Amino acid sequence: MPATISLENNVAALLSKESELNLLYQMLLIRRFEERASQAYQQQKIGGFCHLYIGQEAVVVGALAATRDDDYIITAYRDHAHAIARGTSLTACMAELFGKATGCSRGLGGSMHFFDRSRNMYGGHAIVGGHIPLATGLAFASQYRGENRCTLCFLGDGAINQGAFHEALNLAALWKLPVLFIVENNLFGMGTHVTRAASVKEIATRAKGYDMPSMIASGMEVRHMRDAVQTALNAIRKKPHPFFMEARTYRYRGHSMSDPATYRTKEELEKYKQEDPITDFKAILLAEGKMDEAQFQELDREAKRLSAEALRFAEESLDPTLADLYKYTFVNGAEK
Amino acid sequence: MREITYRQALNEAMEEEMLRDPDVFLIGEEVAEYNGAYKVSQGLLDKFGPKRVLDTPISEAGFAGLGIGAAMVGLRPIVEFMTFSFSLVAFDQVVNNAPNMLTMSGGQFHIPIVFRGPNGPAHQLGATHSHSTESLYSNFPGLKVAVPATARDAKGLLKTAIRDDNPVLVLESELLYNVSSPVEEKEFELLIPLGQAEVKREGQDVTIICYAQTVRMALSAADDLAQHGIRVEVLDLRTIKPLDRETIVHSVSKTHRCVIAEQNKPFCGIGAEIAFQIQRDIFDELDAPILRVAQEEVPMPYNETLEAAVLPSKEKIIEAVYRVCYL
Repeated sequence: MPATISLENNVAALLSKESELNLLYQMLLIRRFEERASQAYQQQKIGGFCHLYIGQEAVVVGALAATRDDDYIITAYRDHAHAIARGTSLTACMAELFGKATGCSRGLGGSMHFFDRSRNMYGGHAIVGGHIPLATGLAFASQYRGENRCTLCFLGDGAINQGAFHEALNLAALWKLPVLFIVENNLFGMGTHVTRAASVKEIATRAKGYDMPSMIASGMEVRHMRDAVQTALNAIRKKPHPFFMEARTYRYRGHSMSDPATYRTKEELEKYKQEDPITDFKAILLAEGKMDEAQFQELDREAKRLSAEALRFAEESLDPTLADLYKYTFVNGAEK
Repeated sequence: MREITYRQALNEAMEEEMLRDPDVFLIGEEVAEYNGAYKVSQGLLDKFGPKRVLDTPISEAGFAGLGIGAAMVGLRPIVEFMTFSFSLVAFDQVVNNAPNMLTMSGGQFHIPIVFRGPNGPAHQLGATHSHSTESLYSNFPGLKVAVPATARDAKGLLKTAIRDDNPVLVLESELLYNVSSPVEEKEFELLIPLGQAEVKREGQDVTIICYAQTVRMALSAADDLAQHGIRVEVLDLRTIKPLDRETIVHSVSKTHRCVIAEQNKPFCGIGAEIAFQIQRDIFDELDAPILRVAQEEVPMPYNETLEAAVLPSKEKIIEAVYRVCYL
């Protein structure tokens, strides 16, 4: 089976580069992929931790729609969506969850460590806040080389109380590094509500402490996210500096697959499901006449088909070999 | 051969590598305008400018992580810790992000970075500023750990470390910065491979395995012991990871007796690993149990007399040599 499965022709025709149907389709891909992953996890085909992005899709899809391909992307452990939205194939993503050699990190990273160098996707980092200094390093390298690419650093609301967050934001501001920090505020750091964790009422006010421009964006509206990030990136490219964005969103699933999420009410969950980024954007596109129901079904069917294919690909793929065990400890091979 | 200080040797290594490769830059606290807390980076700001020699705020996790991020896209940072005691507040960056990236990414991202600075006890700095971090960092696959004892090794190992495509820790020693020893002229390209120990003095009767601060003690002990008819071989590890097992096995197979003199705490220390490997590989060659000279198992006291009692010393090494000789 090929690692990359091509789109059905009729779907490909719907997704011209400028089409906003792309935004909807990307969100569907992420949703359907993770629904499949969730089932596979429950069947114990996927090990370790597995953090789903379901509910938050508009954040990354909108944000990445505003980027250039050479912009650097880095995120935390809830990272499946970031790879998919950057164009990593569902097959490589699912195979990674299965720990297979065909995975986007050769089966050595797992759910929390998706990487795709060819698409400037710099991980997938699992220590909360630990990747934020890395983002400043990516941005520093752009500045050092005189490039005008930007770094997008996604982080959760839980990360803003880590020391690494403070150190990285101070350095980024001090050295005017071209980096956009996007806090995906889904209200919970695992089971602790953000109001029980952060001293400020609004996360975005943290930026003031670094003299950094900031913005609050609706992370449930994909167009809004795209436009907000475009505004921020335009400002950064015009005159390099860091920018801080709080994207307000919500995750429908638990913190990870093992979390029943008893710390929130059904009513709260239902309220946010009424703002579902996919359902809402579908309604908008239908109302605007940019898509009809049949076309939506076609996109959704394709997302489901590719997810099912990815699952089959992952199941049929081979494990990494024991001979590869020492191959990646050092770049020139094993240390004897 | 000319003699230069260990400090000057490190400075030359950085200068030469920065001249050779524009991707190499130096970052850390006080490395630029102050010319280095211990003056190791003296003059580099003047030579290379503020783009390549960068003062940072007191934010070890921040600038260590920044270095690693820059290395992900191919720059070659030299990150100076004012002391490795301070690297502990950047521990997550050094032990998670630097050595794990290559594996976690399935080989996509290697991290060509050097972390360097003084390591181990200096003089009356107290418990928090006297850490010997080599046994900690040697415990993480993916990190290389160099521990130079002489000016020549300092220069040659640092230059090699900067060219290595993996994360390398160069653990220097404040107490050695002012010590001069012979080093080739500047025109000579001095590169010392990581993973090669050096016999600093040949002998037939006992092998003393040592590194960094304990090399001088071992050489001095060897002088004294020679006057009593004991011919000591002094084996300087130079790098702890990779460990040069071959040179160790060769030496101990010759002398059949071994003392390991290390500057760290004894529990799970460097000597514990080396003693294990020796007994595993050449058990039958040993004529006596291996002894270790390390620090006492206490947080470092400030008081000078008590500090001296905690540290390894020439006298402690001599005593251990007598014991492995059953004298």
